[in-house]
Amino acid sequence: MSPGSRYQKIHPLAVRITHWVNAFAILIMVVSGWRIYNASPLFGFRFPDDWTLGGWLAGALQWHFAAMWLLALNGIAYLTYGIVSGHLRRKMLPLRPSAVLHDIGNALRGRLAHDDLTVYNAAQRAAYVGVIAIITLLVLSGLVIWKPVQFHALGALMGDYEGARYIHFFAMSALVFFVFVHVLMVALVPRTLPSMFTGRVRTKT
Amino acid sequence: MKRKGMAASLDDFSRREISSVERRIFLKRGLSVGALTLLSGCDVTNQQSVQKVLTAMSRWNDRVQDLIFDPARLAPEFPESAITRPFPFNAYYGIDQVRTVDPSTYRLEISGLVREKRPWMLPELYELPQTSQITRHICVEGWSAIGKWSGVRFSDFLDRIGADKTARYVGFKCADDYYTSIDMPTALHPQTLLTLRFGDQILPPEYGFPMKLRMPTKLGFKNPKHITALFVSNTDPGGYWEDQGYNWYSGS
Repeated sequence: MSPGSRYQKIHPLAVRITHWVNAFAILIMVVSGWRIYNASPLFGFRFPDDWTLGGWLAGALQWHFAAMWLLALNGIAYLTYGIVSGHLRRKMLPLRPSAVLHDIGNALRGRLAHDDLTVYNAAQRAAYVGVIAIITLLVLSGLVIWKPVQFHALGALMGDYEGARYIHFFAMSALVFFVFVHVLMVALVPRTLPSMFTGRVRTKT
Repeated sequence: MKRKGMAASLDDFSRREISSVERRIFLKRGLSVGALTLLSGCDVTNQQSVQKVLTAMSRWNDRVQDLIFDPARLAPEFPESAITRPFPFNAYYGIDQVRTVDPSTYRLEISGLVREKRPWMLPELYELPQTSQITRHICVEGWSAIGKWSGVRFSDFLDRIGADKTARYVGFKCADDYYTSIDMPTALHPQTLLTLRFGDQILPPEYGFPMKLRMPTKLGFKNPKHITALFVSNTDPGGYWEDQGYNWYSGS
């Protein structure tokens, strides 16, 4: 963008692509995962079958173990890009707890400013770093559930097979909560949505 | 594999009944229409092409699991106090339909790429050197239970019958018309056990009398019960659940 342009670039192409691939992969993983959960629920409820993918346990497992590659490879691509290019450092740091609490307080009172979309506020930084951590935890606990003998050392950190099932479930719950808040915030600040396709926003002058 | 229609609701059934419910919905299995409409670009008519990709990914996952599998890595063993009591029954039928096998007429048939093809009688099997293990049985449904199994180390048995250990598969046929197959590296794993006893008793009918193959490195459904025949082959023999879409390798 040349100086004085009415548009400003906020999301690099690599971030936009990996964002939408990730969104697709997560959708598949969550709705097929719900079907797998239903085969042997950890708690006294099941997910409605109409919200799930796969039709039966074998179908859900096929979706889950196919989409896991998409999720993991896309995640590795995103993190590699983010670290090598400095994108993660520029956009997510510094991350100070006091600033996070301050911005969450403002957000809850409807006072969080969104004038400058080129900079993530502290609440956003915490949420995005947090969801990266949650997805990482989902992948690691998923590996333990998938191959508890081969990844036994990793499983030992998670209470073995049964512990990893609970971690996987609660991490999924946290991820779904993130998606809910994320989509709610997009609805409240709608001009953020087209920017995740085009990569740019109209700057206020 | 064709996937048609919507699956029946499982909501009202307890976990123990899941396997029988899953059996009833074999022919109804398919992608839920509700979930499919979530996937942009995929509609119901695309099911077969989607299924082709999923099946190819499952085969890919077989190869990946074969690479990940460490023939020397042992599944964790537990103390007697960790044993799950009662140990859950699971099969593709209900517990009221458990097959009874007559020990006096029982023969284990051997075929395929082996030197000694004579059938084995039960007393002969009981006389072979036995070993035991307390390991975690993990079901593809997600639950797990710890049990104690004793029997003949399968690699020793394969030695005895002169099996071609360079062959790719060992297949099993069972008295309850179940069938499955495993890869040779898993067959040779030190914890793969031709199981004749559960706990300290002769294997009861519900756990697979007279013999089951116990593999703590595979999911439960890969552990066949009531085995009546085994064969060594280079052609994939498939399996009862595997042929319906469950992952063939299903390692742990």
